[in-house]
Amino acid sequence: MVSTVTTSLADVASSDATLRAFLHGLPGVDRVGADQRAAMLGTRSIKTTAKAQAIDLAISMVDLTTLEGADTTGKVRAMCAKAMHTAEGAPRVAAVCVYPDLVAVAVSALKGSGVKVASVATAFPSGRSSLEVKVSDTALAVAAGADEIDMVIDRGAFLSGDYQKVFEEIVAVKAACGEAHLKVILETGELATYDNVRRASWLAMIAGADFIKTSTGKVSPAATLPVTLIMLEAVRDFRDVTGRQVGVKPAGGIRTTKDAIKNLVLVNETVGDDWLSPDWFRLGASSLLNDLLMQRQKLATGRYAGPDYFTLD
Amino acid sequence: MSRLSVRKTYKLFIGGAFPRSESGRSYVVTSPKGDFLANASRASRKDARDAVTAARKAFPGWSGATPYNRGQILYRIAEMLEGRRGQFAEELPLGKKAGLEQVDAAIDRLVWYAGWSDKIASVRGSANPVAGPYFNLSTPEPSGVVAVIAPSDPLLGLVSAVAPVIVTGNTAVVVASESSPLAAITLAEVLATSDLPGGVVNILTGHQAELAPWLAAHMDVNGLDLTGVADPDLALRCEQEAAENLKRVIRPSSPDWSADPGIGRMTAFMETKTVWHPAGV
Repeated sequence: MVSTVTTSLADVASSDATLRAFLHGLPGVDRVGADQRAAMLGTRSIKTTAKAQAIDLAISMVDLTTLEGADTTGKVRAMCAKAMHTAEGAPRVAAVCVYPDLVAVAVSALKGSGVKVASVATAFPSGRSSLEVKVSDTALAVAAGADEIDMVIDRGAFLSGDYQKVFEEIVAVKAACGEAHLKVILETGELATYDNVRRASWLAMIAGADFIKTSTGKVSPAATLPVTLIMLEAVRDFRDVTGRQVGVKPAGGIRTTKDAIKNLVLVNETVGDDWLSPDWFRLGASSLLNDLLMQRQKLATGRYAGPDYFTLD
Repeated sequence: MSRLSVRKTYKLFIGGAFPRSESGRSYVVTSPKGDFLANASRASRKDARDAVTAARKAFPGWSGATPYNRGQILYRIAEMLEGRRGQFAEELPLGKKAGLEQVDAAIDRLVWYAGWSDKIASVRGSANPVAGPYFNLSTPEPSGVVAVIAPSDPLLGLVSAVAPVIVTGNTAVVVASESSPLAAITLAEVLATSDLPGGVVNILTGHQAELAPWLAAHMDVNGLDLTGVADPDLALRCEQEAAENLKRVIRPSSPDWSADPGIGRMTAFMETKTVWHPAGV
């Protein structure tokens, strides 16, 4: 659909006017339709062996997250241990996600395990600071050994229509990332409309994002199913136009196995198998992992699991 | 023209709300003579799971409330029940006079247990003499979530099984009598209007054999009252399942509900914690 709007995405960002023309030229989102489709896909029944596979896949996609002011090195080490050894026979998680000052702790705890270290950056979660501060925040995390950077966009600039500023910030942070993958947090809970979610998704992808992520987890509502659906459609269409594949990470408010499986159904039905891997789809969560492990144990033992037998995070 | 009467839909009671069974099923409840009385919800194991979740959520608030407060709420349940004596007497399959007597006995039972709320710790706890500059105190504490397979005695038996569980601070998931569940759901309406926090008592109706083993096996249930299980094979299976996480299990044989209840049902679902406290300094 988008190929009719533009012939070359490279030209789109050449000026504020062309960027605005492109983003506002994107087709509008049918809000009722998106809500309805997400709700319909959420009713799919996934049972027994399919459920067991879905749970293990979801575990392998988790970005185990702790983003509290009260985080300590001890808490990060404990979380890293859990990330590597989730449960007997269960896969490890995809990554742990921490604040930049704790990246070094996570890197040393996870050395050689294959679990990636992601760090939030750019004045997370509000993103209210100067570009220099944001870039040096990113550089700090990269220097400490982060494999992935989760940046926030400047929602104030985005909502006031200053797309060029948002674009240039992403480009600058991407440059500061070097080898590290860049995830761009859109904070959809603050974007007000689904049309804005679609525009922000395209903006981030054109600017070079490797992943687009729904939320910081600090704003409610966070990762709702319709928003994830719209972002999945955006990455699908972006690949059709450019050939470049971009990952999606819903984060915030995904607490139960049911939520996780609904997300996987959404991926499968919207973008298909290509995205059903930890390289292209992640679930940002802190309390989700325990629920996944409890459901996993329920399937293995036939008895409902209780939180007394899982770690307190 | 005569008006159509509005008939009650008997639903479940989970987390302070009255949902239908997640499965959408119901079953026919008949009087002892075989006359149709109502369609009751037939709860599934997922309803049981939801009920346990609700009970677990309610536990910190309820067990953390002062014993005095819990006693007041139990007394409030008795007050509400008193106001509905006639309705319960009609719903019980006993006849008017015997029905009223049983309702009165159930109300008295609630008041009796309400009085125990702030006394049980004095009776079951102790200040232990130790050779050192410490206080050493043993206090009984609630176990957690207790699954109650309610006896077939529709009101007095139900109240006598649930009141001792909750008065000490446990929360309960109750499987009502399979043959006479209607009074249990009407009791839920009483509980819902008695300032009892949602989730402290959850009532399921349905087939005992379908629900009891799941509750007995549930790792987030801490106690199991098998009073209402008549089938010895089912009771044995439940006891074996309950051993997996060392639930506290009681299985009294044909109790006499009109007798003095004693404190055994309360203490069965309490655990004693002993703590050393430095004295003074």
